[in-house]
Amino acid sequence: MTETATTETATTTFTPPTRFAVPGRIAVGEQVAARWQTATLTGIRRETPHAATFRFAVPRWAGHLPGQHVMLRLTAPDGYAAQRHYSIASAPDDSGHLELTLDHVPGGEVSDWFHTVARPGDTVEMRGPLSGFFAWPGDRPALLLGAGSGVVPLMSMVRHHRARGLTVPLRMVVSARSPEELIYARELGAETTAVFTRSAPTGAPVGRMAAAHVAPLLAEQPEGGWEAYVCGSNGFAEHASRLLVAAGQPVDRIRIERFG
Amino acid sequence: MNVTRGFTGRPRVADPGLPPGQYDARDEWPVLSAEVTPDLRPADWSFRIGGLVERPRTWDWEAARALPASAYEGDIHCVTGWSKFGVRFGGVSLDAFLDVVRPRASATHAVAYSHTGYTTNLPLADLTGGRAWIVWEYDGEPLAPEHGGPARLLVPHLYFWKSAKWIAGLTLLDHDEPGFWEGNGYHERGNPWEEQRYSGD
Repeated sequence: MTETATTETATTTFTPPTRFAVPGRIAVGEQVAARWQTATLTGIRRETPHAATFRFAVPRWAGHLPGQHVMLRLTAPDGYAAQRHYSIASAPDDSGHLELTLDHVPGGEVSDWFHTVARPGDTVEMRGPLSGFFAWPGDRPALLLGAGSGVVPLMSMVRHHRARGLTVPLRMVVSARSPEELIYARELGAETTAVFTRSAPTGAPVGRMAAAHVAPLLAEQPEGGWEAYVCGSNGFAEHASRLLVAAGQPVDRIRIERFG
Repeated sequence: MNVTRGFTGRPRVADPGLPPGQYDARDEWPVLSAEVTPDLRPADWSFRIGGLVERPRTWDWEAARALPASAYEGDIHCVTGWSKFGVRFGGVSLDAFLDVVRPRASATHAVAYSHTGYTTNLPLADLTGGRAWIVWEYDGEPLAPEHGGPARLLVPHLYFWKSAKWIAGLTLLDHDEPGFWEGNGYHERGNPWEEQRYSGD
Protein backbone atom coordinates (compact mmCIF):
# COMPACT_ATOMS: atom_id res chain seq x y z
CA MET A 1 0.00 0.00 0.00
CA THR A 2 2.99 2.30 -0.05
CA GLU A 3 2.27 5.32 -2.14
CA THR A 4 4.58 7.09 -4.51
CA ALA A 5 7.64 8.41 -2.77
CA THR A 6 6.97 12.04 -3.44
CA THR A 7 7.21 14.42 -0.54
CA GLU A 8 4.04 16.36 -0.01
CA THR A 9 4.13 20.11 0.24
CA ALA A 10 4.10 21.00 3.90
CA THR A 11 5.02 24.62 3.93
CA THR A 12 1.59 25.92 2.99
CA THR A 13 -1.25 26.22 5.47
CA PHE A 14 -2.41 22.75 6.40
CA THR A 15 -5.95 21.69 5.56
CA PRO A 16 -7.27 18.34 6.77
CA PRO A 17 -8.26 16.07 3.91
CA THR A 18 -11.50 15.40 5.75
CA ARG A 19 -14.55 17.54 6.42
CA PHE A 20 -13.73 20.48 8.65
CA ALA A 21 -14.89 20.41 12.19
CA VAL A 22 -16.88 23.54 12.97
CA PRO A 23 -14.41 26.35 13.38
CA GLY A 24 -14.35 28.73 16.31
CA ARG A 25 -16.67 31.69 16.03
CA ILE A 26 -14.32 34.30 17.40
CA ALA A 27 -10.67 34.91 18.05
CA VAL A 28 -9.98 34.76 21.76
CA GLY A 29 -8.10 37.59 23.38
CA GLU A 30 -5.47 35.31 24.78
CA GLN A 31 -3.51 37.58 27.08
CA VAL A 32 -6.66 38.99 28.64
CA ALA A 33 -8.21 35.57 29.11
CA ALA A 34 -5.04 34.18 30.74
CA ARG A 35 -5.00 36.77 33.52
CA TRP A 36 -6.49 35.88 36.90
CA GLN A 37 -8.70 38.61 38.28
CA THR A 38 -10.47 39.07 41.58
CA ALA A 39 -14.23 38.66 41.29
CA THR A 40 -16.39 39.94 44.14
CA LEU A 41 -19.70 38.27 44.83
CA THR A 42 -22.42 40.92 44.90
CA GLY A 43 -25.61 38.89 44.90
CA ILE A 44 -27.13 35.41 45.05
CA ARG A 45 -30.46 34.56 43.42
CA ARG A 46 -32.14 31.20 43.83
CA GLU A 47 -33.33 29.66 40.55
CA THR A 48 -34.45 26.16 41.53
CA PRO A 49 -34.07 23.94 44.62
CA HIS A 50 -30.66 22.87 43.27
CA ALA A 51 -29.43 25.87 41.30
CA ALA A 52 -28.66 29.48 42.11
CA THR A 53 -27.26 32.43 40.21
CA PHE A 54 -24.18 34.18 41.56
CA ARG A 55 -23.51 37.75 40.45
CA PHE A 56 -19.93 39.02 40.49
CA ALA A 57 -18.33 42.40 40.12
CA VAL A 58 -15.28 42.06 37.90
CA PRO A 59 -14.15 45.64 37.34
CA ARG A 60 -11.56 44.86 34.68
CA TRP A 61 -13.72 42.38 32.78
CA ALA A 62 -12.86 42.67 29.08
CA GLY A 63 -16.29 41.52 27.94
CA HIS A 64 -17.47 38.21 26.53
CA LEU A 65 -19.76 36.69 23.97
CA PRO A 66 -22.80 34.56 24.83
CA GLY A 67 -21.75 30.91 25.20
CA GLN A 68 -18.27 31.52 26.57
CA HIS A 69 -17.15 30.30 29.99
CA VAL A 70 -14.80 31.28 32.79
CA MET A 71 -12.45 29.38 35.06
CA LEU A 72 -12.86 29.95 38.80
CA ARG A 73 -10.24 29.29 41.45
CA LEU A 74 -10.96 28.90 45.15
CA THR A 75 -8.02 28.73 47.56
CA ALA A 76 -7.94 27.21 51.05
CA PRO A 77 -5.76 28.58 53.88
CA ASP A 78 -3.16 25.83 53.34
CA GLY A 79 -2.74 26.84 49.70
CA TYR A 80 -4.89 24.05 48.26
CA ALA A 81 -6.72 25.41 45.23
CA ALA A 82 -9.69 24.07 43.26
CA GLN A 83 -10.41 25.22 39.71
CA ARG A 84 -13.61 24.74 37.76
CA HIS A 85 -15.06 25.91 34.47
CA TYR A 86 -18.49 27.56 34.48
CA SER A 87 -20.55 28.96 31.64
CA ILE A 88 -21.47 32.62 31.78
CA ALA A 89 -25.23 33.10 32.21
CA SER A 90 -25.48 36.83 31.69
CA ALA A 91 -25.52 38.61 28.37
CA PRO A 92 -22.55 40.81 27.62
CA ASP A 93 -23.04 44.35 28.88
CA ASP A 94 -20.95 47.18 30.24
CA SER A 95 -22.03 46.83 33.88
CA GLY A 96 -18.70 45.43 35.08
CA HIS A 97 -20.67 42.44 36.37
CA LEU A 98 -21.34 38.94 35.17
CA GLU A 99 -23.47 36.07 36.40
CA LEU A 100 -22.89 32.33 36.74
CA THR A 101 -25.61 29.80 37.52
CA LEU A 102 -24.33 26.80 39.46
CA ASP A 103 -25.95 23.48 40.24
CA HIS A 104 -25.34 22.23 43.75
CA VAL A 105 -23.39 19.06 42.95
CA PRO A 106 -23.43 16.56 45.84
CA GLY A 107 -19.90 16.38 47.21
CA GLY A 108 -18.69 19.03 44.77
CA GLU A 109 -16.12 21.03 46.71
CA VAL A 110 -16.59 24.21 44.68
CA SER A 111 -20.36 24.18 44.15
CA ASP A 112 -20.83 23.16 47.79
CA TRP A 113 -18.93 26.27 48.90
CA PHE A 114 -21.07 28.45 46.68
CA HIS A 115 -24.32 26.96 47.89
CA THR A 116 -23.54 26.73 51.62
CA VAL A 117 -20.83 29.25 52.50
CA ALA A 118 -20.71 32.06 49.93
CA ARG A 119 -22.22 35.45 50.70
CA PRO A 120 -21.99 38.89 49.10
CA GLY A 121 -18.59 40.44 49.63
CA ASP A 122 -16.69 37.16 49.22
CA THR A 123 -14.00 37.08 46.57
CA VAL A 124 -12.81 34.33 44.24
CA GLU A 125 -10.34 34.36 41.37
CA MET A 126 -11.60 34.28 37.80
CA ARG A 127 -10.01 34.07 34.36
CA GLY A 128 -11.65 34.36 30.99
CA PRO A 129 -13.62 34.58 28.86
CA LEU A 130 -12.51 31.22 27.51
CA SER A 131 -13.05 29.42 24.21
CA GLY A 132 -14.42 30.98 21.06
CA PHE A 133 -15.97 27.71 19.94
CA PHE A 134 -19.31 27.72 21.71
CA ALA A 135 -19.70 31.48 21.35
CA TRP A 136 -22.65 33.01 19.52
CA PRO A 137 -22.05 36.58 18.38
CA GLY A 138 -25.70 37.01 17.44
CA ASP A 139 -25.08 36.90 13.73
CA ARG A 140 -26.56 33.59 12.57
CA PRO A 141 -29.94 31.94 13.26
CA ALA A 142 -29.45 29.97 16.47
CA LEU A 143 -31.07 26.68 17.44
CA LEU A 144 -30.33 25.91 21.10
CA LEU A 145 -30.81 22.53 22.78
CA GLY A 146 -30.04 22.21 26.48
CA ALA A 147 -30.73 20.02 29.48
CA GLY A 148 -30.43 20.78 33.19
CA SER A 149 -27.82 23.43 33.81
CA GLY A 150 -26.88 23.08 30.14
CA VAL A 151 -29.38 25.88 29.65
CA VAL A 152 -26.95 28.36 31.26
CA PRO A 153 -24.77 29.33 28.26
CA LEU A 154 -27.85 29.15 26.02
CA MET A 155 -29.66 31.62 28.29
CA SER A 156 -26.81 34.06 27.78
CA MET A 157 -27.63 33.84 24.06
CA VAL A 158 -31.38 34.32 24.64
CA ARG A 159 -30.71 37.31 26.89
CA HIS A 160 -28.32 38.79 24.36
CA HIS A 161 -30.91 38.32 21.62
CA ARG A 162 -33.48 40.21 23.70
CA ALA A 163 -31.16 42.90 25.05
CA ARG A 164 -29.98 43.83 21.58
CA GLY A 165 -33.38 43.45 19.97
CA LEU A 166 -31.89 41.07 17.41
CA THR A 167 -34.14 39.94 14.60
CA VAL A 168 -32.11 36.90 13.57
CA PRO A 169 -34.18 33.78 14.40
CA LEU A 170 -33.49 32.06 17.72
CA ARG A 171 -35.24 29.00 19.13
CA MET A 172 -34.52 27.01 22.27
CA VAL A 173 -35.61 23.58 23.48
CA VAL A 174 -34.74 22.85 27.11
CA SER A 175 -35.13 19.67 29.07
CA ALA A 176 -35.64 19.58 32.84
CA ARG A 177 -36.73 16.89 35.25
CA SER A 178 -39.75 18.89 36.40
CA PRO A 179 -41.16 22.41 36.25
CA GLU A 180 -39.55 23.10 39.64
CA GLU A 181 -36.14 22.12 38.26
CA LEU A 182 -36.44 24.28 35.14
CA ILE A 183 -33.79 26.99 35.49
CA TYR A 184 -34.90 30.49 34.41
CA ALA A 185 -38.51 29.25 34.09
CA ARG A 186 -39.98 32.72 34.65
CA GLU A 187 -37.74 34.23 32.00
CA LEU A 188 -38.43 31.80 29.19
CA GLY A 189 -40.61 33.15 26.42
CA ALA A 190 -42.14 32.22 23.12
CA GLU A 191 -38.72 31.28 21.74
CA THR A 192 -38.52 28.33 24.15
CA THR A 193 -40.08 24.89 24.32
CA ALA A 194 -39.67 23.13 27.66
CA VAL A 195 -39.53 19.33 27.85
CA PHE A 196 -40.06 17.57 31.19
CA THR A 197 -38.57 14.13 31.79
CA ARG A 198 -40.00 13.15 35.22
CA SER A 199 -43.02 15.28 35.98
CA ALA A 200 -44.81 17.93 33.96
CA PRO A 201 -47.54 20.51 34.48
CA THR A 202 -51.06 19.14 34.20
CA GLY A 203 -51.87 18.23 30.66
CA ALA A 204 -48.27 18.39 29.45
CA PRO A 205 -46.47 15.21 28.39
CA VAL A 206 -43.61 13.62 30.34
CA GLY A 207 -40.74 12.30 28.28
CA ARG A 208 -37.38 12.77 26.71
CA MET A 209 -36.55 15.37 24.07
CA ALA A 210 -37.58 13.76 20.79
CA ALA A 211 -37.65 14.16 17.04
CA ALA A 212 -41.07 15.78 17.40
CA HIS A 213 -39.43 18.72 19.19
CA VAL A 214 -36.53 19.13 16.80
CA ALA A 215 -37.85 18.23 13.35
CA PRO A 216 -40.41 21.09 13.09
CA LEU A 217 -37.67 23.62 13.85
CA LEU A 218 -35.46 22.19 11.13
CA ALA A 219 -38.41 22.20 8.75
CA GLU A 220 -38.61 25.99 9.07
CA GLN A 221 -35.08 26.57 7.80
CA PRO A 222 -34.16 30.24 8.21
CA GLU A 223 -32.05 31.92 5.58
CA GLY A 224 -28.50 30.59 5.86
CA GLY A 225 -29.63 27.67 8.01
CA TRP A 226 -29.41 27.13 11.76
CA GLU A 227 -26.27 27.20 13.82
CA ALA A 228 -27.02 24.55 16.47
CA TYR A 229 -25.70 24.73 20.04
CA VAL A 230 -26.08 21.71 22.33
CA CYS A 231 -25.22 21.81 26.03
CA GLY A 232 -25.71 19.27 28.81
CA SER A 233 -24.45 15.96 30.10
CA ASN A 234 -22.67 13.67 27.67
CA GLY A 235 -25.74 11.44 27.54
CA PHE A 236 -27.95 14.38 26.60
CA ALA A 237 -25.41 15.75 24.13
CA GLU A 238 -25.18 12.41 22.32
CA HIS A 239 -28.97 12.11 22.22
CA ALA A 240 -29.67 15.68 21.14
CA SER A 241 -26.94 15.75 18.51
CA ARG A 242 -28.33 12.53 17.01
CA LEU A 243 -31.79 14.12 16.86
CA LEU A 244 -30.34 17.09 15.02
CA VAL A 245 -28.43 14.96 12.53
CA ALA A 246 -31.46 12.74 11.94
CA ALA A 247 -33.56 15.84 11.25
CA GLY A 248 -31.08 17.02 8.65
CA GLN A 249 -28.86 19.48 10.52
CA PRO A 250 -25.34 19.37 8.99
CA VAL A 251 -22.80 17.99 11.49
CA ASP A 252 -20.45 20.88 10.78
CA ARG A 253 -23.13 23.30 12.04
CA ILE A 254 -23.51 21.61 15.45
CA ARG A 255 -21.47 22.86 18.41
CA ILE A 256 -21.49 20.76 21.55
CA GLU A 257 -20.50 21.61 25.10
CA ARG A 258 -20.56 18.64 27.46
CA PHE A 259 -20.29 18.77 31.24
CA GLY A 260 -17.15 17.36 32.75
CA MET B 1 -2.28 33.90 47.80
CA ASN B 2 -5.94 34.86 47.68
CA VAL B 3 -7.57 32.68 50.30
CA THR B 4 -11.29 32.17 49.77
CA ARG B 5 -13.16 32.76 53.01
CA GLY B 6 -14.53 29.54 54.44
CA PHE B 7 -13.22 27.32 51.65
CA THR B 8 -11.60 24.11 52.82
CA GLY B 9 -11.85 21.87 49.76
CA ARG B 10 -11.90 18.14 49.61
CA PRO B 11 -9.67 16.08 51.92
CA ARG B 12 -6.04 16.34 50.89
CA VAL B 13 -4.54 13.27 49.31
CA ALA B 14 -0.80 13.40 48.86
CA ASP B 15 -0.56 12.09 45.34
CA PRO B 16 2.65 12.63 43.42
CA GLY B 17 0.86 11.45 40.28
CA LEU B 18 -1.53 14.38 40.25
CA PRO B 19 -0.37 17.40 38.22
CA PRO B 20 -1.08 20.89 39.63
CA GLY B 21 -4.72 21.96 39.60
CA GLN B 22 -6.00 18.46 38.77
CA TYR B 23 -8.31 16.15 40.70
CA ASP B 24 -8.75 12.38 40.59
CA ALA B 25 -11.82 11.48 38.48
CA ARG B 26 -11.68 7.89 39.84
CA ASP B 27 -14.26 5.82 37.93
CA GLU B 28 -15.52 8.72 35.82
CA TRP B 29 -14.29 9.24 32.29
CA PRO B 30 -15.93 12.47 31.10
CA VAL B 31 -16.55 12.94 27.38
CA LEU B 32 -15.83 16.47 26.17
CA SER B 33 -15.69 16.35 22.38
CA ALA B 34 -17.06 19.50 20.78
CA GLU B 35 -18.45 17.77 17.71
CA VAL B 36 -21.00 15.10 16.92
CA THR B 37 -19.69 11.60 17.64
CA PRO B 38 -19.19 10.11 14.16
CA ASP B 39 -20.68 6.83 13.04
CA LEU B 40 -17.35 5.34 11.99
CA ARG B 41 -16.94 1.60 11.48
CA PRO B 42 -13.50 -0.06 11.57
CA ALA B 43 -13.93 -0.87 7.86
CA ASP B 44 -14.28 2.88 7.15
CA TRP B 45 -11.36 3.88 9.34
CA SER B 46 -7.96 4.72 7.93
CA PHE B 47 -4.80 6.33 9.21
CA ARG B 48 -2.38 8.26 7.05
CA ILE B 49 0.99 9.86 7.69
CA GLY B 50 2.08 12.42 5.13
CA GLY B 51 3.86 15.71 4.85
CA LEU B 52 7.61 15.77 5.45
CA VAL B 53 8.21 12.03 5.25
CA GLU B 54 10.13 9.84 2.80
CA ARG B 55 7.25 7.44 2.11
CA PRO B 56 3.73 8.76 2.81
CA ARG B 57 1.40 5.92 3.62
CA THR B 58 -2.19 5.09 4.52
CA TRP B 59 -3.09 2.13 6.71
CA ASP B 60 -6.51 0.58 6.83
CA TRP B 61 -7.87 -1.18 9.92
CA GLU B 62 -6.32 -4.57 9.14
CA ALA B 63 -2.94 -3.16 8.13
CA ALA B 64 -2.68 -1.01 11.25
CA ARG B 65 -3.59 -3.89 13.52
CA ALA B 66 -0.97 -6.09 11.87
CA LEU B 67 1.77 -3.90 13.36
CA PRO B 68 3.38 -5.03 16.64
CA ALA B 69 1.00 -4.55 19.56
CA SER B 70 1.91 -2.08 22.25
CA ALA B 71 0.06 -1.06 25.41
CA TYR B 72 -0.02 1.98 27.67
CA GLU B 73 -0.75 1.61 31.35
CA GLY B 74 -0.69 4.82 33.31
CA ASP B 75 -2.46 8.11 33.85
CA ILE B 76 -4.28 10.63 31.66
CA HIS B 77 -4.98 14.31 32.36
CA CYS B 78 -7.73 16.53 30.94
CA VAL B 79 -7.40 20.30 30.75
CA THR B 80 -10.82 20.71 32.37
CA GLY B 81 -9.27 19.44 35.60
CA TRP B 82 -9.76 15.71 35.89
CA SER B 83 -7.03 13.09 35.85
CA LYS B 84 -7.60 9.38 35.60
CA PHE B 85 -5.12 6.93 37.10
CA GLY B 86 -4.07 3.49 35.96
CA VAL B 87 -5.87 3.35 32.63
CA ARG B 88 -5.00 0.63 30.11
CA PHE B 89 -4.99 1.27 26.39
CA GLY B 90 -4.01 -1.22 23.69
CA GLY B 91 -2.85 -0.45 20.17
CA VAL B 92 0.40 0.22 18.34
CA SER B 93 3.24 2.57 19.20
CA LEU B 94 3.35 5.55 16.87
CA ASP B 95 7.05 4.79 16.42
CA ALA B 96 6.05 1.68 14.46
CA PHE B 97 4.11 3.85 11.98
CA LEU B 98 6.81 6.51 11.79
CA ASP B 99 9.49 3.86 11.14
CA VAL B 100 7.62 2.99 7.95
CA VAL B 101 7.16 6.52 6.60
CA ARG B 102 10.59 7.81 7.75
CA PRO B 103 10.23 11.47 8.79
CA ARG B 104 12.54 13.87 6.98
CA ALA B 105 15.19 15.69 8.98
CA SER B 106 13.30 18.94 8.40
CA ALA B 107 10.15 17.67 10.16
CA THR B 108 9.74 19.33 13.55
CA HIS B 109 5.99 19.34 14.22
CA ALA B 110 2.84 17.49 13.30
CA VAL B 111 -0.84 18.24 12.91
CA ALA B 112 -2.97 15.29 14.00
CA TYR B 113 -6.40 15.25 12.35
CA SER B 114 -9.56 13.28 12.93
CA HIS B 115 -12.16 11.75 10.67
CA THR B 116 -14.42 14.56 11.96
CA GLY B 117 -11.97 17.25 10.86
CA TYR B 118 -10.77 18.00 14.41
CA THR B 119 -7.11 18.97 14.50
CA THR B 120 -4.40 19.34 17.13
CA ASN B 121 -0.73 20.25 16.82
CA LEU B 122 2.22 18.57 18.49
CA PRO B 123 6.01 18.80 18.40
CA LEU B 124 7.30 15.67 16.64
CA ALA B 125 9.42 14.98 19.73
CA ASP B 126 6.20 14.42 21.72
CA LEU B 127 5.10 11.72 19.27
CA THR B 128 8.30 9.64 19.20
CA GLY B 129 10.38 7.61 21.64
CA GLY B 130 7.58 5.39 22.93
CA ARG B 131 5.42 8.25 24.20
CA ALA B 132 2.54 8.12 21.70
CA TRP B 133 0.22 5.42 20.39
CA ILE B 134 -2.64 4.71 18.05
CA VAL B 135 -5.07 2.81 20.30
CA TRP B 136 -8.26 0.82 19.73
CA GLU B 137 -8.69 -0.91 23.07
CA TYR B 138 -9.54 0.42 26.50
CA ASP B 139 -9.34 -1.89 29.47
CA GLY B 140 -9.25 -4.86 27.11
CA GLU B 141 -12.41 -3.85 25.23
CA PRO B 142 -12.90 -2.05 21.90
CA LEU B 143 -12.62 1.71 22.36
CA ALA B 144 -16.12 3.22 22.57
CA PRO B 145 -17.16 5.68 19.84
CA GLU B 146 -17.63 8.57 22.28
CA HIS B 147 -14.07 8.02 23.50
CA GLY B 148 -12.67 8.06 19.96
CA GLY B 149 -13.32 4.55 18.72
CA PRO B 150 -12.58 2.77 16.52
CA ALA B 151 -9.13 4.34 17.06
CA ARG B 152 -7.64 7.45 18.62
CA LEU B 153 -4.26 9.02 19.11
CA LEU B 154 -2.87 8.66 22.64
CA VAL B 155 -0.26 11.10 23.94
CA PRO B 156 -0.73 10.65 27.68
CA HIS B 157 2.05 12.94 28.87
CA LEU B 158 0.15 15.96 27.46
CA TYR B 159 -3.38 17.21 28.23
CA PHE B 160 -5.86 14.86 26.63
CA TRP B 161 -7.18 17.23 23.94
CA LYS B 162 -3.90 16.39 22.17
CA SER B 163 -4.96 12.72 21.98
CA ALA B 164 -7.21 13.23 18.95
CA LYS B 165 -10.27 10.98 18.81
CA TRP B 166 -11.23 9.17 15.58
CA ILE B 167 -7.68 9.69 14.38
CA ALA B 168 -7.36 9.94 10.60
CA GLY B 169 -3.78 11.01 10.15
CA LEU B 170 -0.71 13.04 10.87
CA THR B 171 0.85 15.64 8.63
CA LEU B 172 4.50 16.35 9.46
CA LEU B 173 5.56 19.96 9.10
CA ASP B 174 8.69 22.07 9.48
CA HIS B 175 6.80 24.55 11.66
CA ASP B 176 4.12 24.63 14.34
CA GLU B 177 0.54 25.27 13.28
CA PRO B 178 -2.32 25.65 15.79
CA GLY B 179 -5.05 23.03 15.79
CA PHE B 180 -8.72 23.32 16.75
CA TRP B 181 -8.47 24.12 20.48
CA GLU B 182 -5.10 25.81 20.10
CA GLY B 183 -6.85 28.27 17.76
CA ASN B 184 -9.53 28.74 20.43
CA GLY B 185 -7.16 29.94 23.13
CA TYR B 186 -5.60 26.73 24.41
CA HIS B 187 -1.88 26.26 24.96
CA GLU B 188 0.25 25.15 22.01
CA ARG B 189 1.92 22.28 23.92
CA GLY B 190 -0.30 21.43 26.89
CA ASN B 191 2.10 19.92 29.43
CA PRO B 192 -0.02 19.17 32.54
CA TRP B 193 3.00 19.24 34.85
CA GLU B 194 3.61 22.86 33.90
CA GLU B 195 -0.14 23.53 33.85
CA GLN B 196 -0.07 24.78 30.26
CA ARG B 197 -3.83 25.06 29.86
CA TYR B 198 -4.30 28.28 27.97
CA SER B 199 -2.18 30.32 25.62
CA GLY B 200 0.16 32.38 27.75
CA ASP B 201 0.31 29.88 30.66
